[in-house]
Amino acid sequence: MNIIGKRYIFFAISLLLIIPGSVIIGLHGLPLSIDFLGGSLIELEFDSQKAPSFSELQSLYVSNGINDAQVQTSSDQGREILLIKSSSLVQDQYTSIVSHLKENYDEHLVERRFNTVGPSISESVTQRALLAILFSSIAVLLYITFAFRKIDHAFRYGVCAVIAMIHDILIVISLGAIGSQIFGWQMDSLFLTALLTVIGFSTQDKIVVFDRIRENSPLLRKISFEQLVNHSIIQSLQRSINTQLMTVEFLLLSLALFGGETLREMCIILLVGLLSGTYSSIFIAAPILVVWENKEWKTWFRKPHASKA
Amino acid sequence: MRNKWFYKLFFLIMLLVVILIVFPGLDDLKFSIFRRKFEPVLGLDLRGGMQVVLQAPEGYDIDQETLQVASTILENRSNALGVSEVNFQIAGDNYIVGEFPGLENVNEVIEIIKQTGMLEFVDLGDDYLLPGTIVRTDYGVTADLNELEIEPTPIPLSIGQSDIDVDKTISGNMYHTVITGADLDSVSIAPPQRPGEGYIVLFRLKPEGTELFSDHTKNNTGKLLAIVLDKEIISTPVISQPIENGEGAISGSGENAFTLEDANNLRVTLFYGTLPVSLEIAESRVVGPSLGQDSLEKSLLAGLIGFSIVCLFMMIYYRAPGVVAIISIIFFAMINYAIYLLIPITLTLPGIAGFLLGIGSALDANILQFERIKEELRKGRSVTQAIDLGWRRAWPSIRDSNLATIITSAILFWFGSTFGATIVKGFALTLALGVSVSLFTALLITRGILNSLTPLLKDRDQTKWFGI
Repeated sequence: MNIIGKRYIFFAISLLLIIPGSVIIGLHGLPLSIDFLGGSLIELEFDSQKAPSFSELQSLYVSNGINDAQVQTSSDQGREILLIKSSSLVQDQYTSIVSHLKENYDEHLVERRFNTVGPSISESVTQRALLAILFSSIAVLLYITFAFRKIDHAFRYGVCAVIAMIHDILIVISLGAIGSQIFGWQMDSLFLTALLTVIGFSTQDKIVVFDRIRENSPLLRKISFEQLVNHSIIQSLQRSINTQLMTVEFLLLSLALFGGETLREMCIILLVGLLSGTYSSIFIAAPILVVWENKEWKTWFRKPHASKA
Repeated sequence: MRNKWFYKLFFLIMLLVVILIVFPGLDDLKFSIFRRKFEPVLGLDLRGGMQVVLQAPEGYDIDQETLQVASTILENRSNALGVSEVNFQIAGDNYIVGEFPGLENVNEVIEIIKQTGMLEFVDLGDDYLLPGTIVRTDYGVTADLNELEIEPTPIPLSIGQSDIDVDKTISGNMYHTVITGADLDSVSIAPPQRPGEGYIVLFRLKPEGTELFSDHTKNNTGKLLAIVLDKEIISTPVISQPIENGEGAISGSGENAFTLEDANNLRVTLFYGTLPVSLEIAESRVVGPSLGQDSLEKSLLAGLIGFSIVCLFMMIYYRAPGVVAIISIIFFAMINYAIYLLIPITLTLPGIAGFLLGIGSALDANILQFERIKEELRKGRSVTQAIDLGWRRAWPSIRDSNLATIITSAILFWFGSTFGATIVKGFALTLALGVSVSLFTALLITRGILNSLTPLLKDRDQTKWFGI
């Protein structure tokens, strides 16, 4: 099996997955929730027969002095769930809206959520989260460089692990963007949790795969680096598949299928993100090591046909 | 395993402790050993309730100590007001995160943080001022009061809007503060003296305050002495006679007569002290309990289903080691849970995500070992050799990958604590624990059991036990 030889095909596959999401983000921006933007979010559950229409809700909000309400609905077993996002509401406005809805539509409506996030706090959440990810990337890079210090170019392993990690982040964000268009997903604090989980898993998986290369590196006297990497990947392939099956497919799939409604979105994101974590160890991180070793970028633009073959 | 006996004893004791903590019931026994009960602490996202992030207004410079004092006062006030299980935590430089299980109305929280609770007894001389008037006093004035209060606040849920009406009379004169709330020794409530009147808040002063108060009332008999809370006059009694024993009463008059609730709130505010800084609500979120309950039950069941499939797969694919792995994972889960109960760690959805990732790495540690064992067996080594070598080959990858995760979660935890990002913090904490415990279970339990099984696994039964 020659995985490394087909590396540019795998790079292309990843790009194909990332580009649609990037286009959506380019057109519509990141589907950030109030956790990061500030504002209010109300989640109400109605009897499907009694739920108010979009325009009725809009005008109800306008009568309470809010002009930017956005409504999303989803229905589940005869219940209609409304998610209404707007600029910040105070408690009195909320109470007035809900009591109006109770009087005129469904007196048994369920108030599921009422969140308000101030602008200053949402700004610092975003900043801190980004900083935390940045700092942990640097830590991972330094740690791998240290752990692999006994073999040549230890620093490269760290860089490749971080690149592959960024790949996974991009896949997840791309998925989030696509989900926002199709299912109305939002990037909220749970999305951030999922992202952190993917990052953690991804790093761990990279190190395990790289460890095999580290262990095999005495073989370098006999075979080329490219062969060495390919050999190592194949050796650890069974483990990659099994770990992936256990953690992702079995646990998360059953959580996504049978778990609570609230967790479904997160489970799907985790499912794809963790799959990407395993995928990128084999098809992104290790191949980039080879690209770097061969300094292939020198020939990318000169003889594109030769290198992509 | 040079020290086999020591290892086995340690293992046994740990097993007993973990089982004792994890299993429900046995409350009396647990209490007699640990001096406390063990119950899982569920986060708001799992049980429903309200989370509020309080923030000092912009431009205020506050230190950790001030925040600590403020959060203690808030907690005392909430408890005294009968709001149960409230938890206040300091987050970062100027946030306090309050969690109110069961609460759903922001106004109830506003009640708690509303008054800064600054009580003053102010000498008005002969100027009679109506209750509700805002006065200027010479006590601790640093900022221009008028400017401070009329300034609009950008955040919609500001408490400033609800407790100070701009159209209230603001007296222009500066008055002298005789004593403050700091001089109070005790505060209690008395029922109305006559029908139609309000409740009364009784107080006793500390010795120093008693002296000051006694001197003042002696020299100013017949003058007005205003009781002022947060610069607003509550009542304006005339000093009818010197008060020498340091005991007094506050009662609202007319429109401002106290109901029992008012009186109790005032008592709590006075007794539990002055908030050292005014706070406003920067973020509030309500999670309906139904959402939490539904998620929790369904997800627990789903997790169980998933775990059963994992067990089945491990047994079919890895045979004997697979069974060892299942034992090891069950241990892993129990040890984690015991730690959650011991510390205790609040369980939230992000926390559970961290735990799941921990399970992932515990499984991975097992799978790494077993794959190596299989490789060695295929090379024709004996079972004993294969188990030993399998471990030695797998160890560097288990160690390095888990250490990297521990470092990452430490960084996430640190960032999570310096700001109210309880999500990041909760995730990082359970992940770090999970990964550490997984190192431990891979090292001691999986390897330990496999090692002690070695004499039982004959080389000729290799296919039966290892599937090769």
